[in-house]
Amino acid sequence: MKNIKNILREIARYPSAIFGAAIIFLLIALAIFAVTKIPYEEAIRLWRAGEETVYRNPKNVPPQWFNFFTKKDLPISFAVVAGEDEEFSKVVTQGETGSTIEYQYSFDFQYDDYPQELFLYIQADYQIKNPFISVVLETPDGEQIKVTDFGTAKKQTYRFSQDDKLITRLRRIHGRDIQVMQGLFSVPKSEPLQINKGVYTLKILASTFEKDSDVRIEFVSHGLVFGLFGTDHLRRDLTTAILWGAPIALFFGLVAAAGTSILSMLIAAIGAWFGGWLDELIQRITEVNLVLPFLSILIMVGTFYSRSIWVILGVTIVLSIFTGAIKTDRAIFLQVKESTYIEAAQAYGASNPRIIVKYLVPRIIPLLIPGLVSAVPSYVFLEASLALLGLGDPTLPTWGKVINDAYANGALYRGQFYWILEPAILLMITGLGFAMFGFALDRIFNPKLRGM
Amino acid sequence: MTSDSNIEISKINKAARANTIKRLGGFMALRVVMLFVTIIVGIYITILIANMGGYVDTIMRNDIRERVNQQVSAMTASKPMSTENRAQLVNQMIALEEKRIGLDTPFAIRSFRYLKNALTLELGRAVHMVSDHGSRQVSNIILERLPATLLLMGTSQLFMFITSVFLALMLSRSYGSFWDKLVITLSPTSSAPPWFYGIFFILLFAAVLKILPFSGMLSAPPPKDTGAYILDLLKHLILPAGSLVIASFFISVYNWRTFFLIYSSEDYVEMAKAKGLPSRDIERRYILRPTLPTIVTNFALLVIGLFTGATITETVFLWPGLGRTIFRAVSLYDTPVIVGTTIIYAYLLAFTVFFLDFVYAIVDPRVKVGGGNN
Repeated sequence: MKNIKNILREIARYPSAIFGAAIIFLLIALAIFAVTKIPYEEAIRLWRAGEETVYRNPKNVPPQWFNFFTKKDLPISFAVVAGEDEEFSKVVTQGETGSTIEYQYSFDFQYDDYPQELFLYIQADYQIKNPFISVVLETPDGEQIKVTDFGTAKKQTYRFSQDDKLITRLRRIHGRDIQVMQGLFSVPKSEPLQINKGVYTLKILASTFEKDSDVRIEFVSHGLVFGLFGTDHLRRDLTTAILWGAPIALFFGLVAAAGTSILSMLIAAIGAWFGGWLDELIQRITEVNLVLPFLSILIMVGTFYSRSIWVILGVTIVLSIFTGAIKTDRAIFLQVKESTYIEAAQAYGASNPRIIVKYLVPRIIPLLIPGLVSAVPSYVFLEASLALLGLGDPTLPTWGKVINDAYANGALYRGQFYWILEPAILLMITGLGFAMFGFALDRIFNPKLRGM
Repeated sequence: MTSDSNIEISKINKAARANTIKRLGGFMALRVVMLFVTIIVGIYITILIANMGGYVDTIMRNDIRERVNQQVSAMTASKPMSTENRAQLVNQMIALEEKRIGLDTPFAIRSFRYLKNALTLELGRAVHMVSDHGSRQVSNIILERLPATLLLMGTSQLFMFITSVFLALMLSRSYGSFWDKLVITLSPTSSAPPWFYGIFFILLFAAVLKILPFSGMLSAPPPKDTGAYILDLLKHLILPAGSLVIASFFISVYNWRTFFLIYSSEDYVEMAKAKGLPSRDIERRYILRPTLPTIVTNFALLVIGLFTGATITETVFLWPGLGRTIFRAVSLYDTPVIVGTTIIYAYLLAFTVFFLDFVYAIVDPRVKVGGGNN
């Protein structure tokens, strides 16, 4: 207990150690938050990008806070359901054989660019006769642009910019060929195009022809910025991957580092204690392992066998056990083995496992812990590297996979920097946190380095 | 009497020397055998993994069947053929193709043939890959890629090694200074791999500042003029080489500096200082000399490391080097290329280890080969 207190006091003397520990602590908090906020199944479902999970998300847009850094104010994405969201009113006038439903939604458009796309997602309840819908958009000037009218199916999606009739109407308003979004949100006949800022009102009138018939309408605007982290090419919300990347990275890094260093220490201890052919065998395996191409084998395993994170983790640990660490550990154990207290233990008849676990292993713990902590980043980055080569676990949302997606889809060429920077900065912070903490521990536990 | 004893002593010396040579020879012979066994085992394991214990055969068989079927249907498109004739033709062609690749013998036997070929450096022919000049020989594929890898790895690694050793030596002389502290503070940045810095570099220098190319080794088309050609090459080299250097520069300086510091706090260095020897002499005689074996070992390992390339960095920068070839070979299930690159590295490693063992056994008086009991 006193020992731990002393160590903590030592750690507090190194600012980098405190900084590193704080980062690790925050990461663990983030990981716990991610796992509780989005349960595993939910994360996998979101990352699979089914239409029902991504229809509200625009494609490839930066996060909302991006607006703070740009001169232009980019339109924010939103989605409102009539009747459920307050601003989107729904008034039902019941008639004898059906009803008239009026929908109205006003939104303030004060942006310097046009949204990607507008949608109406319509769900209609009816037996035989389908309801009829007409849509009008009122511009800030009070002009009523007729968007469309149609008899709706039970489930229908209306995309504004793919309506040829709307394009024709807009051409008439502007006096030239124009895209739908620009036509809707520009001052009529302005040259060059000028955005018509102000309050727009979407008015929808639905007529139903049956008694219990009802129409549910969701108005979705794909803006040019979205949410906290933006979206990717499959319209997935990057929040899933950014949050879930933390627990996966920590899990992979910590398990691989701990597994590797503890197993190689135990094997070194057994080899050093028993000596003879066992020790010889361990050393030969280490030499063979030196010849094996580590990354190539991991790539082969990923390509041929399985990309499951468990398999990759297992292979990583197996290949990393018999490396230089085992030689250093063995050298220390050989020294410790000659100590008198080991002789004493043997004299009172301690069993071999007891000597290894109780007398040999504790001596190396001070060396093991800094090494373990410093090794975490390399495994975190190893997982990201494999993901970058397209060998990441296919189902899991990880930071490395986001970078891979971004890289493969030319994010760097197209200036979509948020897509690469978000996961990259988190990886960097993770790496730095563990490395700084590990370095400081190394100096605390290794008296030879102290003061150097 | 004096001459007699002199003869005695020289006799003893001669015997001792002969004994040493004999012991050295014995040690070296044992070492060669052990290294060779290591290589055999390592390569055999690689062969087994690269073939998935034989499962790659199934993949290749299905691949051949599909290809042959397509070929036959293309051949028989214009003239009708009976089903039996067609089946016969397909089977013949499959058998021929399987024989070409060597699928007609069982994997267990073939694996040992692969091993023998690999060990005798008969790298054979690639299954799918073709070199840019159209050769299917694995050695041609590798040799074609080697210069690009050696250029990238050579410039970055040699630059890093030399500068970090020199910087470390300077820092160890003035430890605790501002620069020393800076290196210590920056050393955790080396926890990120080169490709990671590569992406940042591309973002900054290619995408935002637009002063350096995104990737590749030469512009298309490459400049005809030699001077312009070299300039173009250098321009493409800066970012990948820079990211390889930056990714391990600070940790390398830090490690060397700590290593030198440990040696410079030895008693004999203190003694030399007390004697008032100039610091340059102390550095050369008492610090550099005992650390030389470690420096040489590290340098040798670095040089052979050049031959493996940097798979991921080369992939990110689309650098046409060996590392990327290995990655492509794996994705194409091209085992001869995978095994070929592995055996070359294994041999280089074994030779280097053996050579270093040999040199140290001769040079270092502390290395008493075979135990110096007599």
